Amino acid sequence: MTAKLSGKDLTLIRGESCLFKGLGFALNPGELLLLEGRNGSGKTSLMRAIAGMLSLEKGEIYWNDIPVNRQRQEFHGALVWLAHRTGLKGDLNLVENLRFEASLRPQGNVDLAAVCDRLAIARLKRLPLRSLSAGQQRRVALARMLLADVPLWLMDEPFTNLDREGRKLVMELTEEHLLKGGMCVMAAHQDIEINVPVVRVGL
Amino acid sequence: MWKFFHQMASPPHFYRIAKVLIPWFAVPGLMLIAYGTYAGLFVASPDYQQGDAFRIIYIHVPAAYLSMMAYMIMAVGGGIGLIWRLKLAHAVGAAAAPLGATFTFLALVTGSIWGRPMWGTWWEWGDPRLTSELILLFLYFGYMALRSSIDDTAKADKASSVLALVGVVNVVIVHYSVVWWSSLHQGQTLFKKGGPAMDADMLYPLLAMILGFTFLFGAMLARRLRTEVLYRERRTRWVRDLVMSPEGGL
Amino acid sequence: MFAGLLAVARRDLLLAWKRPGDVLNPLFFFAMVCTLFPLAVGPSPEQLTFSGPGVLWVAALLATLLSLNTLFMSDHEDGSLDQLLVSPQPLPVLALGKTLAHWLISGLPLVLISPLLAMTYRMPGDAMGVLMLTLFLGTICLSLLGSIGAALTVGLHRGTALLSLLILPLAMPVLLLGANTVSLAAGNEVYATGIWALGAYAVGAISLAPYATAAALRISNE
Repeated sequence: MTAKLSGKDLTLIRGESCLFKGLGFALNPGELLLLEGRNGSGKTSLMRAIAGMLSLEKGEIYWNDIPVNRQRQEFHGALVWLAHRTGLKGDLNLVENLRFEASLRPQGNVDLAAVCDRLAIARLKRLPLRSLSAGQQRRVALARMLLADVPLWLMDEPFTNLDREGRKLVMELTEEHLLKGGMCVMAAHQDIEINVPVVRVGL
Repeated sequence: MWKFFHQMASPPHFYRIAKVLIPWFAVPGLMLIAYGTYAGLFVASPDYQQGDAFRIIYIHVPAAYLSMMAYMIMAVGGGIGLIWRLKLAHAVGAAAAPLGATFTFLALVTGSIWGRPMWGTWWEWGDPRLTSELILLFLYFGYMALRSSIDDTAKADKASSVLALVGVVNVVIVHYSVVWWSSLHQGQTLFKKGGPAMDADMLYPLLAMILGFTFLFGAMLARRLRTEVLYRERRTRWVRDLVMSPEGGL
Repeated sequence: MFAGLLAVARRDLLLAWKRPGDVLNPLFFFAMVCTLFPLAVGPSPEQLTFSGPGVLWVAALLATLLSLNTLFMSDHEDGSLDQLLVSPQPLPVLALGKTLAHWLISGLPLVLISPLLAMTYRMPGDAMGVLMLTLFLGTICLSLLGSIGAALTVGLHRGTALLSLLILPLAMPVLLLGANTVSLAAGNEVYATGIWALGAYAVGAISLAPYATAAALRISNE
């Protein structure tokens, strides 16, 4: 079996409770992995486990059929992480935040100005992020994701704090990314409408 | 070989084995301590300088030795737990820490009592051994405090193991720096290097006590470990079966 | 390899630039502890000369400790720590970058103002140079040791008190070497041993501590 990203026999115990047991999935380019479940069912934990931030009780995540624990840097070079907490510094402005990100990973040839225009944040460039609304900060986090230009997107609740327009935008961006042969893992508790192959994992 | 270790380290297996092993540690330990106490207090002749006061070494030296031994065990257990993800190894650290702290405390108290007639004071900062031992006690406190402030057992295990490993490197540095420091201030030590050799009737009880304390420590560690394992595995089937069995798991 | 180190250090320095209070608070604390001592024991010159190295060093240790608990705190709160953990750069190098920034922000200023305070303790000129050198090496060691403690306690309630409890016993050899070396220098005695030992400690800490910090960060952020 060859899938680009796969997980086998995943078991995770947090404190007293077992969140999932014997879980498996396989994801190939152009597909969206949708994690579904109630609050507290372990969606975020599974996402964190895939990103290598949480150690599993049992099981292994594979990237190109090699366990990610054995190629952490390569794997991390191929993914971006978008979570509830944006990971942006409130004291710095958009440009400073994105410049820091750019010095951590090689950037693809995506035009900053075009990305900012598309996300409607071009006029916020010089303001400290603290003074931006939660939705605007989220758009900056999306900009960071686009600029990284990597195949795998890990998005935990990407629609939080976004208005209708913003949600539509996230959907469009994801679709485009998948059509270009990218992959996306998404945890969302609302139903999403998207015209791409979806692999569903119920938790 | 590897398989053997993994089987040994499986909690139910260990729980049974430890039960069998405890008497094999406890009985020789108590016997050695009984001999050492008798021979040390009644047979060994008084020291020509310290008189009868020296006899406290029969508790002080084994306690001091075990205080360091327990820290080593914690660090090695932590290292094994981190590298091979062996849960039993983490449990060893959790079980050994309070024991180690107790022995450290015992070594401090006996050292202080011993120092009273020698130095005329209960505490002498100039003695490098007592000072290192005090720092060791603080290291134990830190380890236990970190453990108790993390709710998730798996996380507490890993974090405290990192701390124990950092600490074990530091214990060596503490020792040498304290020795250097006390040499600056003409520190007084109870044992001087190259001092008079011990007589056999002093030495044998001491060796017996060290060995006896070690055995007893083994028995106590195994006992604490059994409790620890039982607590950590409280959700599993084998523990439930054990508790429900006619003997009630004893 | 060192791109990550420089990137993190630059960002943290930029952040400190925008919030200068974080830099100045430990510095004021250092100065204030040094002021407390003569007030408590009296202004007799002999006593101040005698205890100066010890007091300055203890104050430096406490000031460093004070600044340590924020080392990873804001990164943990705003999610930047997650981003560092999933970045393609090796985590120990990033941790070293954060520690470097911490030292530049809190350690180096301390070294620079120490002669001013040493003067009030009537420390001889030669000893002042030694004080600066030992504090230079010593604060590097303390920042690195402290980064391990800060990483272990990040995200815990009551983390500050715990951090001190974890770090102080580990930091004792540094204090002991530093303060006594300055005392020796002030008494016109041979003090080279202490400098070499502190230097060796610093080299050892630079090469080992980032790995411990990285491991601790992964564990704490689970």
